[in-house]
Amino acid sequence: MLLELKNVETYYGPIMAIRGVSLAVPEGRIVAVLGANGAGKTTILRTISGVMDPQKGEIVFAGEDIARRDPDAVMRLGLSHVPEGREVFPFLSVSENLRMGAYSRRDRARIAGDLERVYDYFPALADRGSQQASQLSGGEQQMLAIGRALMAHPRMLLLDEPSLGLSPILVHQIFEIINRINEEQGMTILVVEQNAHVALRHSHYGYVLENGRVVMDDTCEKLENSPDIQEFYLGMKDQMPRGVRRWKKRKTWR
Amino acid sequence: MVNFAQGDLMMLGAFVAVTLIGDFGLPWVLGLLLSVLALAVFGYLLDAFVLRRVLGEPQFAIVMLTIGLGFIFRAVAGLVWGYDPQSFPTPYTGKSLRVGEVVVSYENFAILLGTLILCVVLFLFFRRTRLGIAMQATSQNQLAAYYVGIPVKRVFSLVWAISAGVAAVAGILLAPVSLVQPGMGFIGIKAFAAAVIGGFGSIPGALLGGWIIGIAEQFAGVYLPAGFQEMSAYGILILALILRPQGLFAQIQRKKV
Repeated sequence: MLLELKNVETYYGPIMAIRGVSLAVPEGRIVAVLGANGAGKTTILRTISGVMDPQKGEIVFAGEDIARRDPDAVMRLGLSHVPEGREVFPFLSVSENLRMGAYSRRDRARIAGDLERVYDYFPALADRGSQQASQLSGGEQQMLAIGRALMAHPRMLLLDEPSLGLSPILVHQIFEIINRINEEQGMTILVVEQNAHVALRHSHYGYVLENGRVVMDDTCEKLENSPDIQEFYLGMKDQMPRGVRRWKKRKTWR
Repeated sequence: MVNFAQGDLMMLGAFVAVTLIGDFGLPWVLGLLLSVLALAVFGYLLDAFVLRRVLGEPQFAIVMLTIGLGFIFRAVAGLVWGYDPQSFPTPYTGKSLRVGEVVVSYENFAILLGTLILCVVLFLFFRRTRLGIAMQATSQNQLAAYYVGIPVKRVFSLVWAISAGVAAVAGILLAPVSLVQPGMGFIGIKAFAAAVIGGFGSIPGALLGGWIIGIAEQFAGVYLPAGFQEMSAYGILILALILRPQGLFAQIQRKKV
């Protein structure tokens, strides 16, 4: 396991956002965390990358306990976080944004190589190297945020809602590229998503989060076929025999 | 982040130079370098121990804190160095430069040249160096700066070190003209007006704003009744806020809702 969370609890003041979550991400895999608004998905990523500190529990990355470390220290260990909502540097150019992604590195030749590779993944960025990031479209800004994280040459990527506010075609494109990054570089990826359809199709293993708890976890294939996921996350309605639908179906994990 | 104690940091820089050059008799260049270094260290520590505590608080808290720090600096400077105007010898004291009909004292010429050099150096630093770009990045999006591994707290302290060092240069250049006394930092208010007119975050804007205020003051002194010279800077500030509140060269674009 490259990353392992053991019984992690995180609070916003008195409010418990994460209620003892354990999850594991094996090296070279894409793991998805699904959940509705307020389920605690973003909080999990923030806790991993050190922006928030857990009250309890252990976070082990590559054999080291990284709970309660500063975000830049966690990042230097090889964990790159792509935050929700395309947090780019608005008044820096695209290429400066990308270069900032490599801030903690000194090996110039390999940074240049990584820049080439990012432009190869995201050709749209290559054409706009000198433009201000604030002038990019939403999709391009998301690409820039992912590209910037790749510039750190991480061992693992944390992606927070890469589909947020993007058109279905763009969402598909971005996930295709995420798959490519995973296959070509063997990059381990933990992705948090509301869009269960796309996330399940493009990941290997999935966790379902509700009210700060993991209620289900399985391979994405099995999750896709689970009746609960189909009804509550994929929006498929099961037609009972003779056209009768039960008025209110209960989730089996409650 | 606006620092209302910037003028008082300038005053401290000038007083340190008075001690080093005037009292200890160090050569002017050495005294300048040491004063800038001393203020830079002071700025760094000021951030590390005091200002860091208000990081993330509303802008207003920072404004109040820096105004308060300004009061403390003036009082301490008065205690240590006294309230009488002082000065120190410079290599160019008392000489003047003739360009055709115009006579410029070397003291004023040094201010002009020094400002120009400082601006070019700062401009290159913020545009070309890794640390300079990281400072811009941190001011634009602090959270994202954390995520890319920029040591945000240290960067903030370094920004304060630079700003205090620059203030020291300004104080030393200004010392022969305005003399060194605890109240000399009030010229910082005019500099603030210049920055607002030019647009915050823009070095050419600040230069142009300063130029406009300087010219306007001189003309007001000649053509308008007494008293208008002192008022003119603030009159222009108010006019600029009405006509072009974002400044002439705005870096911060207002969000349209």
